[in-house]
Amino acid sequence: MTVTAPAPRVGRTGWRRTIVAGIAALLVAAPFVWMLSLAFKPPTEVFGYPPALLPDAPTLENFRFVWDSTNIPVAMANSLVVATSTVLANCLAATAAGYALARIDFRGARVLFVVVLASAMVPAVVQLIPLFLITRGFPLAGGNDLLGHGGTGLLDTHAGLLLPLLVQPLNIYLARQYFLDLSPELADAARVDGAGELRIFWRIYLPLARPIVATIAVLSFTGAWEDFLWPLVVVSSPDMQTLPLALSSFAGSGATQYGPLMASTIVAIVPVVVIFIAGQRHFVQGLGSGGVKG
Amino acid sequence: MATMTGSTRAAAPDAAPPPRRGRLLATQRRAGWILVLPAVVALVVVTVVPILYGFYLSLTSYNPVERGGPRFHGLDGYVEVVTSGAFWQAVGVTAQYALGTLMLAVPGALGLALLVNGRFPGVALFRSLFYLPRVVPLVAVSMIWLWLYSHDGLFNYVLDLAGLPRVAFLTDEDTALLSLILMRAWKALGGGMIIFLAGLQGIPKTLLEAAAVDGCGRWRTLRHVTLPLLVPITTYVVVVDLIYLAQSFAEVYILTAGGPLSSTTVVNMLIYNEAFEHYRLGNASAMAFLLFSLIFALAYLNIKVLSKGGRR
Repeated sequence: MTVTAPAPRVGRTGWRRTIVAGIAALLVAAPFVWMLSLAFKPPTEVFGYPPALLPDAPTLENFRFVWDSTNIPVAMANSLVVATSTVLANCLAATAAGYALARIDFRGARVLFVVVLASAMVPAVVQLIPLFLITRGFPLAGGNDLLGHGGTGLLDTHAGLLLPLLVQPLNIYLARQYFLDLSPELADAARVDGAGELRIFWRIYLPLARPIVATIAVLSFTGAWEDFLWPLVVVSSPDMQTLPLALSSFAGSGATQYGPLMASTIVAIVPVVVIFIAGQRHFVQGLGSGGVKG
Repeated sequence: MATMTGSTRAAAPDAAPPPRRGRLLATQRRAGWILVLPAVVALVVVTVVPILYGFYLSLTSYNPVERGGPRFHGLDGYVEVVTSGAFWQAVGVTAQYALGTLMLAVPGALGLALLVNGRFPGVALFRSLFYLPRVVPLVAVSMIWLWLYSHDGLFNYVLDLAGLPRVAFLTDEDTALLSLILMRAWKALGGGMIIFLAGLQGIPKTLLEAAAVDGCGRWRTLRHVTLPLLVPITTYVVVVDLIYLAQSFAEVYILTAGGPLSSTTVVNMLIYNEAFEHYRLGNASAMAFLLFSLIFALAYLNIKVLSKGGRR
């Protein structure tokens, strides 16, 4: 084969674009660059003026301080517990429900789907207050009697933090859209072979749905990781704080120590970025076939 | 776990003879309910019941600190909220915040998308970089901007360099909301860019080539071909972001706590204060439902108006 079309080469306009994009990138990335800079500066330099981009004597002191004398490690553990539980619950329950709504014809499926869609549209703040009362009045938890009186219920517990994140309507919707695109013939073939419905879901369709499971995992993890308003309402003791709460109270505690604060911010950012990069390939694929972009 | 044990149980009886049609449908139906059950239970407890309970609360006066439960008083709470200045002020602040953010973020995101649509050295890296603020949690972003806006932070340093007086960005009534908007627009750029990029890549090459053949320069092609074709996707970006921005809370709570002088008190901030500072759960619930209906109306109108514009 002879080469007929010229190989794509970088023309002058290509490099000009690189330069324009480079300038835009400097502006967009600037806050992160300064975050890194402050996190690795010794305390004496953090308050130096004018602010220097590069630390004179880069140090891990801020990270050590965060580890030894702040609430951040505890908060990190809490956030991990809540986020991984959210991921597990959504990957199992939301995909199962999405599958049933897409592929199984059962009584009430239609109504259920409408309920799922409708509840995805209601702003979280509408549920905030009643959910707070339900959490406080949860029967037989936190010193409550059977009717939910007398104690604090699930307030200030991991279960309480987890409650509104357990199953998110949007995830059910995404899973349903994905399963609708998969061929129903696989199920028919399996039925002829005598496989039960639940086995068909678990053994045939769920493995095929890896992209949407990854998408749901990424969305639920980042959602749980960022959640702020609910933890703010439900948590009262430092031991139960999640990372966003710990960051917020750290920032609000008198004279702000920007060095350790930026170190903690990095600690809060790294897991989501890692999860996002890990899930990215599947993520894009999953959203694409779900018919939803972004 | 439950699904796994369930699957072996359901599979066993079917294994021997091929079942008849009717029985098959019955097992299918049962399987359907087993699969949705965990989600349905969670959805009922966490979403359906709270929404109904919340609506009831909005018709009551309820202070959880005092003895006795919610006292029903019909629409009194709504009347009180609607006739109070605070609620409408918060609606105004929220509208300014959301629209201001979009006015910066949508053109910015479109610009970035046009910039990285195509092949040039480093394009993949630039796409990821521009997307990064979107991935980073809002609370973390707020921490970074807290420093940027601080007395000795980056922005005041730039003002110093330009020979201008320093600004108390977050504590000055004139600049607080603007500062929040700038931060939020920066964070929103990447998400918008990715969606616009998808839109740009969906435009058929033949259309652009036809425009070029007809002698359209790059700017005219952009104005008369590319941009009109992006109207539907812009509608989508605007509506989704408006709904999202109308529910802003974390960054406001952290950076300004709604102040100074309520100049950044968005509706969610007001609801939070009403419920968890003043313990007026009934009125706070009424506000939540009013916000819900405003968002709903807004989204509906937007879709109507903007999609009509696209068809023209």
